[in-house]
Amino acid sequence: MATQAAFMPGSKVETETFWGTVWSWLTTVDHKRIGILYGTSAFIFFLVGGIEALIMRLQLARPDNTLVGPERFNELFTMHGTTMIFLAVMPLSAAFFNYMIPLMIGARDVAFPRLNALSYWIFLSGALFLNSSWLFGLAPDGGWFGYANLTSVQFSPRHTIDFWMLGLQILGVSSMLAGFNFLVTIINMRAPGMTLMRMPVFIWMSFVTQFLLVLAFPAITVALILLMFDRFFGTLFYAPAAGGDPLLWQHLFWIFGHPEVYILILPAMGIVSEVLPTFSRKPLFGAPVVIYSGIMIGFFGFGVWSHHMFSVGMGPVADAAFSISTMLIAVPTGVKILNWIGTLWGGTIRFRTPLYFSLGFIAMFTMGGLSGVMHASPPVDLQQTDTYFVVAHFHYVLFGGSIFGLFSGIYYWWPKITGKLLDERLGLWHFWSMMLGFNMTFFPQHYLGLIGMPRRIYTYAPDLGWNFWNLISTIGAFLIAVSLLFFIANVIKTRRSGAVAGNDPWDARTLEWSIPSPPPVYNFARLPQVQDRDDFWLQKYGDGHGGAPRPKGGPVTAAEIAAIHMPPTSYWPLLLALALGVMVSGLMISMVQVAIGGVLTLVLMYKFAMELHRPPTGHGH
Amino acid sequence: MIQPPATAPHPRKRFDWTLACLLGAVLVLACSCSAVGWNWDTPMSTVIPKSDFGKMTHGIFMLISWWTLGIFIAVEAMLVFVCWRFRDRAGAAIPKQVHGHTALEVGWTIAFAVILLVFAIPTIRVIFKTQEAPAATALRVEVVGKQWWWEFRYPQFKITTANELHLPVGQTATFQLNAPDVIHSFWMPQLGGKRDVVPHRMNQLTLTPDTPGDYPGQCAEYCGMSHANMRFRVIVHPPAEFEKWVKSQQAPPVESADALAQQGKTIFTQSACVGCHTITGISAGHIGPDLTHFASRARFAGSLMESTPDNLVKWIENPDHMKPGALMPNLGMTGEQSKALAAFLLSLK
Amino acid sequence: MADHAAAHAVHDPNIGNTGLDNRKVGMWAFLGSDCMFFGSLIGTYLAYKGKSISGPLPHEVFDIPLTSYSAALLLASSLTMVLALAALQQNRVKTAARWLFVTAMLGLHFVLNQVYEFTTFVLHHGLTLSTSLFGSSFFVLTGFHGAHVTGGVIWLLMLVTLAMRGKLDARDYTKVEIAGLYWHFVDIVWIAIFTVIYLIP
Ligand code: HEA
Ligand code: HEA
Ligand code: HEC
Ligand code: CUA
Ligand SMILES: [Cu+2]
Repeated sequence: MATQAAFMPGSKVETETFWGTVWSWLTTVDHKRIGILYGTSAFIFFLVGGIEALIMRLQLARPDNTLVGPERFNELFTMHGTTMIFLAVMPLSAAFFNYMIPLMIGARDVAFPRLNALSYWIFLSGALFLNSSWLFGLAPDGGWFGYANLTSVQFSPRHTIDFWMLGLQILGVSSMLAGFNFLVTIINMRAPGMTLMRMPVFIWMSFVTQFLLVLAFPAITVALILLMFDRFFGTLFYAPAAGGDPLLWQHLFWIFGHPEVYILILPAMGIVSEVLPTFSRKPLFGAPVVIYSGIMIGFFGFGVWSHHMFSVGMGPVADAAFSISTMLIAVPTGVKILNWIGTLWGGTIRFRTPLYFSLGFIAMFTMGGLSGVMHASPPVDLQQTDTYFVVAHFHYVLFGGSIFGLFSGIYYWWPKITGKLLDERLGLWHFWSMMLGFNMTFFPQHYLGLIGMPRRIYTYAPDLGWNFWNLISTIGAFLIAVSLLFFIANVIKTRRSGAVAGNDPWDARTLEWSIPSPPPVYNFARLPQVQDRDDFWLQKYGDGHGGAPRPKGGPVTAAEIAAIHMPPTSYWPLLLALALGVMVSGLMISMVQVAIGGVLTLVLMYKFAMELHRPPTGHGH
Repeated sequence: MIQPPATAPHPRKRFDWTLACLLGAVLVLACSCSAVGWNWDTPMSTVIPKSDFGKMTHGIFMLISWWTLGIFIAVEAMLVFVCWRFRDRAGAAIPKQVHGHTALEVGWTIAFAVILLVFAIPTIRVIFKTQEAPAATALRVEVVGKQWWWEFRYPQFKITTANELHLPVGQTATFQLNAPDVIHSFWMPQLGGKRDVVPHRMNQLTLTPDTPGDYPGQCAEYCGMSHANMRFRVIVHPPAEFEKWVKSQQAPPVESADALAQQGKTIFTQSACVGCHTITGISAGHIGPDLTHFASRARFAGSLMESTPDNLVKWIENPDHMKPGALMPNLGMTGEQSKALAAFLLSLK
Repeated sequence: MADHAAAHAVHDPNIGNTGLDNRKVGMWAFLGSDCMFFGSLIGTYLAYKGKSISGPLPHEVFDIPLTSYSAALLLASSLTMVLALAALQQNRVKTAARWLFVTAMLGLHFVLNQVYEFTTFVLHHGLTLSTSLFGSSFFVLTGFHGAHVTGGVIWLLMLVTLAMRGKLDARDYTKVEIAGLYWHFVDIVWIAIFTVIYLIP
């Protein structure tokens, strides 16, 4: 086993020189580093999408405003929506999948470390490709759900839609690869003794999310491929003149689109389900029910897509059917809300920043969910659809839900990831100013929607009674920006002078807290033997009714560590992602480039596959 | 009971009262200024319906609103209570490790299902009620959504007009919606919900306005650059008045003897205008709005501007400037020509 | 034996704690996803069935005998794939390689048939991507299946070359088995497409 030295944790990776460090990040296959890469990129894109939003808000602050013209405004809301969903919330969740799933299931890495790196690099190339459109003045302007046939060459002759459609296809590949990876990881890499029902609830919600990812993305991929063929190769899928039906796009898109919104919320729900027990020092109330309702939400999620189409005239029967299926989803979600409250009930609640954000999640998401239920009634939705009431709905679930939940996770796991605790004081300032700014921005939009303000308008007349609350909404948006500056300040302060966290700063319940912060490359020197969902808690305190705490094992020996096999770094993922980018962007430039990129991709895939065909270690036999 | 480890990293911190009060104060503030700032009776308000259709859907809206408001308050109250009641107190022991309560969970699951049933039943009823086939006596109006203006045709009166929809109060109107280009959405907020206008697809919307008035309308589906400017007006008349309007629209345009107007007429007939605009007896273009009775309309270009001479001049000299992306080209009319054209158009009563 | 298995579990990074092979589970996940992919494409085809307002109609262009023959080729290739696996299991690498090659060739034959079919459609019937909804949905659906087959052929040929260069033996059974899973899937999908497009009038 001598050669294993070559794959000793860290060797090749740790290096002093600057470029060495860069290289080690470019070639890393360590799920923790990839998680950090996902997290930082996602946060930067969150700021970008947010700044786009701020410009929109400025434009809408006054009636007949002329800060930006219609073209720019249409680009702004399209890119804002696309960025926030595909480049901010999804990758931020992916960051937690990457970093936390192996730690929480007691594994040393994901099932396919190199594939994991590939997912990230493809994500990054897709994201940069999409945003590069700004540089060419060709930012997409079809709205984040790019309804056909406005996206046809006839009505969008410039490359704007091409950037959007190709960018989303690249991002889709990345998401699906990650989906396969985490599915396998969760199914196959759980520590001995961790039965499915012993998985932490965050893992469960992630698990459901992966199913949604791999089953929903094909639908939008097909929708985008058809659009691509329409635009590049003259097919007629969305061409009414030839009998094509623009509604085909809407169906394909929303078959993806609604599961997508649960892809955006379930990870946050998982985070909340970890944070509440830790800080109320009680197990999650009715955990199995929370898990089952998570599964239910994922399942129903595929049967409700047409609630985005109540106004297209599907006919009463379809309207009724989709209305009922949509309302059904309120049940499992409501069950979760009450189970979370039940978790707090009778606990000894320690108010720390992560908990504040989780409480914020419950408070705000409930609001968004309830307005969702209003939309679920087609007659009501006919008035609300495409107004700011809907904008309010989805920001309450997306920002009040996903973003609050993800920030809860950031404050909760930051010490595990960096070894330092974020500052409580700044944390609370962040929370309260964000809470305030958020409600100031989006609560008035309910009212604006009800008094008839349509969405996606770059300007409005002064005599409609919309002026005052639009101004308030704009001010609120800037308050959110301030709150985020608190967070950025907090991060900087903590890097300089943060309190050292230790393994288990929150006296938490799950496995990741049983190892050092930050964890060693191999995570667990000894793979744990899991006996319960809150296994680490049981190790510390016993099961609460009689069962004694578990004795700690003896100290870890150097030999044990030497025997740990970690995968080597690899640069093929990075190269493969680049080749893919070359191929896809070629579609807008020249078929020659497509061909070159295609061949490159094939060759690199071969290299990628062969790299570990015969690992120098060889197999046991 | 096992005590938590002595080395708890943080000093125990109580519920943050200062910040809580801060938030409370702000909420009070917000509510009070809301009370001032919330006027529901605005031109595009959806909550004061002026048609049977609007009233039906509004009923359900109110029903669901009250229930959800109740649920919302209940949930938030529970949340606040729990946080206050079970906040960590100094020296508190580790709480009892409760894992759940089946009866409770089953209980509230059923409760939710029942509440949703309360929403679902009237919803279904109204869905079918509002989508019944219109009575034969209903006034048929063909609505054509185009980038970025509206055309309204009354086949039984042989009237075509633009951006200004006239309806008799108390008579059922059924709109047949179609679009030659992209998807739009036909929406008259005060009269009821929207219906999308989809290319090569005949959608229908039926309602009976019950209050005379002048209501704004809007395209509600993003349809490209000037989506925001794709507005229109609905004027609901008492029956007699509506009759008068129909008569005036059916009559041929009144020619004015005014010299400038006459000059404008010649310019109109001799320039590209005729290729796109219909004026009965003068031209038969179909790309742009019918101008036969242009002067009878208070506003133009997707109800964007008032039909005043200088607005018209500005429009004729540079449509794209008045309405970004407008599909009417700039025909390089000089000041004189456009003034004449404006005068002519405004003579078309 | 048992502890050997345990040791194996530790050393082979591909075997998870369930004893399943990661790559195999991964391939199943991919196939599940690919079902949705073809599901959406087939759905589109069905949605547009008979909606074309011009151009040749399906029954005017289809050459059922030819496509049936193609279907037979794919079915046969599934069989040879199984034989290849059997051989590899007994470490009869040469035989395995031979069967893999035959499988690839059957696949290639299928693709060539499709190329022939497409060209006749274009040249003799004037049916192209942009002739009608039928043209668009037909070419895109069958084209993407063809692309799947092509990918499979390339994959198989890579395995064959590996075998020739003595880099493939019983230890790599799973690798080939996974290629097999993919191949059978593509085969089954074709049965579905064949039925939907060619057989249902
Ligand atoms: C995180 C993302 C997310 C989530 C979780 C949800 C959750 C829900 N959404 Fe939302 N939705 C979006 C993101 C999301 N949505 C987005 C982005 C859009 C706009 C897309 C676009 O047009 O751009 C949208 C649009 C949208 C529409 C279309 C509106 C329109 O365009 O006309 C509808 C219609 O039915 C809808 C419904 C719902 C429902 C019923 C839920 C339910 O899942 C909510 C369930 C939760 C609760 C109900 C609250 C808690 C429950 C209780 C306290 C129990 C008691 C309650 C009852 C018994 C009622 N949503
Ligand atoms: C998770 C998703 C998400 C999130 C978080 C947000 C966040 C925000 N959204 Fe977003 N929004 C969408 C998803 C999201 N949105 C979607 C899907 C649409 C539909 C798009 C479409 O119609 O196609 C939409 C549409 C939308 C509209 C409607 C546009 C229209 O229809 O015309 C508006 C208008 O107010 C809006 C506003 C905001 C604001 C003010 C925020 C704020 O909360 C933003 C907060 C963030 C910041 C304020 C950035 C912070 C910046 C700094 C701190 C500066 C620091 C600078 C440096 C360090 C360099 N959004
Ligand atoms: C290429 C076709 C075309 C030509 C030529 C053209 N128009 Fe137009 N016109 C349009 C279109 C399209 C609109 C609708 C623009 C909108 O509202 O978005 C329009 C709108 C108008 C309107 C507003 C009508 C209403 O009620 O909203 C007036 C007035 C008008 N045109 C006058 C003219 C005059 C005068 C000329 C000749 C100098 C002219 N048009 C030439 C296409 C044309
Ligand atoms: Cu027409 Cu928006
Ligand atoms: Cu939805």
